[in-house]
Amino acid sequence: MTAGAPGPWPDPLVDVRGASFSYGGAPALDGVTFQARAGEFVGLLGPNGAGKSTLVRLVAGLLAPASGEVRLAGLDPRRAPRGHVARVCALVPQEPRVAWPFTVREAVMMGRAPRQGLLARATRFDEGAVEGALRACDLVHLADRRLDALSGGERRRVFFARALAQEPRVLLLDEPTAFLDLGHQVAAMRMAQEAARGGLCVVAVLHDLNLAAAACQRVAVLSRGRIDAEGPPADVLTEARVRAVWEAAVWRGENAATGAAVVLPVLPPR
Amino acid sequence: MSGARTARLAVALAAGAAALVAASALSAALGAQPISLRSALGGVEPDATILFSLRLPRVALAAIVGCALATAGAALQALLRNPLAEPFILGVSGGAALGGSIVLVAAVALARLGGAGGAPAGAAPSVAAGAVAGAAISTFVVFGLGRIGGRLVPEAALLVGIVFNSFVAGVITLMKLLVPAEQAGRLTYWLVGAVGNESGGTLALGAAVVGLAVAALVALSARVNLLTLADEEAASLGVDVPRTRATVFFAASAATGAAVALGGMVGFVGLIVPHVARRLVGPDHRLLLPASALFGAAFLVLADAAARLAFLPLGTEPPVGAVTAFIGGPFFLWLLRRTEAREGASR
Repeated sequence: MTAGAPGPWPDPLVDVRGASFSYGGAPALDGVTFQARAGEFVGLLGPNGAGKSTLVRLVAGLLAPASGEVRLAGLDPRRAPRGHVARVCALVPQEPRVAWPFTVREAVMMGRAPRQGLLARATRFDEGAVEGALRACDLVHLADRRLDALSGGERRRVFFARALAQEPRVLLLDEPTAFLDLGHQVAAMRMAQEAARGGLCVVAVLHDLNLAAAACQRVAVLSRGRIDAEGPPADVLTEARVRAVWEAAVWRGENAATGAAVVLPVLPPR
Repeated sequence: MSGARTARLAVALAAGAAALVAASALSAALGAQPISLRSALGGVEPDATILFSLRLPRVALAAIVGCALATAGAALQALLRNPLAEPFILGVSGGAALGGSIVLVAAVALARLGGAGGAPAGAAPSVAAGAVAGAAISTFVVFGLGRIGGRLVPEAALLVGIVFNSFVAGVITLMKLLVPAEQAGRLTYWLVGAVGNESGGTLALGAAVVGLAVAALVALSARVNLLTLADEEAASLGVDVPRTRATVFFAASAATGAAVALGGMVGFVGLIVPHVARRLVGPDHRLLLPASALFGAAFLVLADAAARLAFLPLGTEPPVGAVTAFIGGPFFLWLLRRTEAREGASR
């Protein structure tokens, strides 16, 4: 199948089998098997250094596994041309830095680059995809503003919109809520949920267990480079597991309205 | 590229071309011996000879050098993700000068060994080849050593460039001691950034190298836009980052090498021109690179005219590199303070 052609897409879209990776020292990932399907919103959880971002980089083809296999919509993301990978997979990086003062519209249009020719002449399809992404991320009123004149939350939305304009099958989010206030965190998770509802396979590295429990259908907990548990958040995020994996004292409860798991830190009384 | 952007490209190119034509006419008409362009073009002597064998070759030389340095500057700024990058400041010009000097000195040494019988090895093409090689090597050194923890740090690369420049200056000083005084004088005059008279063949060769390099950079300009993002972002948008970056490096090095072979160490053109061009056409390299090429040519033609005319009463002229440094040094400091202030504000 040629990449970029419309379905039928391989199922699962993200298929990692026994993948290991090391940055030189101890293994960052040790025989990880992980799958994600179209229409799913999967949260990758785990303490710092557990291998969450490394797994995302393997899936995106930014790193090559030392052993094991990675398949992304049927492609080997390290062997396939970067342009083919970019047509099926978009990555919203953890901390999008802005070095060059492009406008919001120009930045979102960059998401069309994998589908454009050498000089990136925009077709009407490109313009349409950009307009749609701007609307979906509530950026229409900011379209002609320069990136360096935006707040952190607005900038996040721009990079999310760029990923949507890319029209991928797989959307990878690396800590989409880091450095955002509560309102922007909720907005970011809603955009991810909507993307999954629209048929994308959304995989997000998340630190906030409560956001993950509220938003994701499924979570995978990574610990020391291995998958410790996987499944619906309410089943996976038990008090014993959170205590063991994060090495923190917590209280585990339930949101009476939604039934979602709630995990709160427990500190000595003041 | 949308219709509006195509229109902006047309306006920018027309403005750049007009600026280049005006600057060339001005520079061709003015000099120690003022001539009338109309009578020169009509074949009236001595105006015609002055125009065609003295002034126009010099205008062409300045235009080629300016075009090369400004385009290389704009491309290097994108790769470094910092507006302070410039072939001269980053040591790329220095590397080119060192490469060219080694070829020159080697040619002199060979001529001595082989008797008086020849050494066309000191001719322009081999010096130019040495300069291009030197520029390419120094680019890879500066951008390689400018990495900390696998990540390109603009400040580190700039610092490496400055140190590399002093190193090159030292080596060239040593080399001057090794060659006859006359050769040393030639070397000095070349390196200081003098736009003199070159043969038609040399000019054509330089124009061809610079033309190819600028064309390659313009062809890659949409990718260059993506390279201003973090490496992983560019890669996830479909760019083969190592290969694209290496190609841009090489094209910028070739342009710089050719410019240094023709005009010596002319500094700051690659800093001033892209900055002004960015103000006019914005940050999109599909507009910025062609605009920088044309404005750079116009700028150096004007700077060369200023160098020729400023000291006319004294019967002498400073090399054009002195003029660009006179403007560019303070400009760099102003830009540095402004960049720092902006980064401080956004932190």
